[in-house]
Amino acid sequence: MSLARATGLILAKELRVELRSRELLSTTLVFVLLVLVLFSFTFDPTAAETHRFGPGLLWLAFLFAGSLMLQPSFVREQTNDTLSALRMAPIDPFAVLLGKLAANAVFLFIVELILLPIFAALYNLSILPVLGRLLVVLSLGTLGLATTGTVFSAITAQARLRELLLPLLLFPIVAPVLIASTEVTVGLFSEQPELNRVWLVFLIAFDVVFLTATWLFGEYLFEE
Amino acid sequence: MPAGFSIQFENIEKRFGMRLALRGITLRVQAGEFVALVGANGSGKTTLLRIAALLVRPSAGTIKIGGEGTQTPRAIRARCGMVSHATLLYDELTAEENLRFFARLYDLPQANTLCAAALERVGLSSRARDLVRTFSRGMRQRLSLARAMLAGPRLLLLDEPATGLDPKGQGWLGRELARLHAEGCTILMSTHGQNEAQSAVTRAIRLEAGAVAEDSGDRGDLGAILSGGASEK
Repeated sequence: MSLARATGLILAKELRVELRSRELLSTTLVFVLLVLVLFSFTFDPTAAETHRFGPGLLWLAFLFAGSLMLQPSFVREQTNDTLSALRMAPIDPFAVLLGKLAANAVFLFIVELILLPIFAALYNLSILPVLGRLLVVLSLGTLGLATTGTVFSAITAQARLRELLLPLLLFPIVAPVLIASTEVTVGLFSEQPELNRVWLVFLIAFDVVFLTATWLFGEYLFEE
Repeated sequence: MPAGFSIQFENIEKRFGMRLALRGITLRVQAGEFVALVGANGSGKTTLLRIAALLVRPSAGTIKIGGEGTQTPRAIRARCGMVSHATLLYDELTAEENLRFFARLYDLPQANTLCAAALERVGLSSRARDLVRTFSRGMRQRLSLARAMLAGPRLLLLDEPATGLDPKGQGWLGRELARLHAEGCTILMSTHGQNEAQSAVTRAIRLEAGAVAEDSGDRGDLGAILSGGASEK
């Protein structure tokens, strides 16, 4: 079976399970909404500050969403040892990671799309003029978050203190994505909106490098 | 039906940290044999089964799973089924969705027909569209067996499959396993206590502290080994 078809099957299964349980999306959405509201009350920024700090706060909120959302990705597979069933299937092991990665990216992207207008309202930022470019940054940043998060979710799934371990491992690794995404988003919300190409290329490079590393070494993540 | 796979364990060792779970196990399971692995908790039964399922890599030694066209791990996995105490099923999917998902992962033709037939075979047709989380332990175990049998396995690995089954369920399991064995499937089953699932067993091996202590294929007594497994409980 081709990698694409196996990935598609696992992605469809993940979406079906989540749509049925709605555990991840609803809890993450409420949590990140609270974070954004608390940020806005705590800082009470002026218009100038909003343009400078708003994107950073937004990406921090997305990072919190990611760490909350990515944790159960592989833990769910342990409940009935379904990961063993997936590993025993005659498919490329990378398809398991890729299917989960795609599902995590979709879930994160949905949360981001819902939060974006709320963020714009809370911080008095106009997103419509830069929406197309903003979606590009969101996609690349989300892919970076989902890739690293899925890998570390697989690594920490069997650990006893996995709830603590995932953020501890994920945050330092994902810091470059956070910085690059924030820099590009700051550029979009400046007086003369522009896409910071240096940071954008950096984001693409990060995604490519981590996806390639996952493809090359992902199989070893499942070894017992 | 094609013949089952043979398995050759050669000096298998498995270490988990400082603990040695398997100590140099050398064992040959012939194609079509129905082998019961008995032994106390922690004797290494599950680890040996997971090595046979290619889920666990041994720390030392080699495993050869034989059969026509089984040169690659993927080809072996395609014809290897597993049932364990965990159901290997998704609680949030229905019985039908679970089977269809795995049938498609195994790239089986006519997945829908195949799944319907599998559900019929394990007596769960009427619950096909119910979520697995609403099933009793016995029903989950039946569905688990249906999933393991979907691809027409030539090697069936069973890790205490009778756990949680009532005597009626154990009787059903015993008949299903006897039928699969009669069809030529090689079966390697860990068991903990005598039950009706063992009725068709042709060879029993007792593991003790990660090593083979007794083998009915090597002058051991099948009944005595199986009942020894029961007394350990």
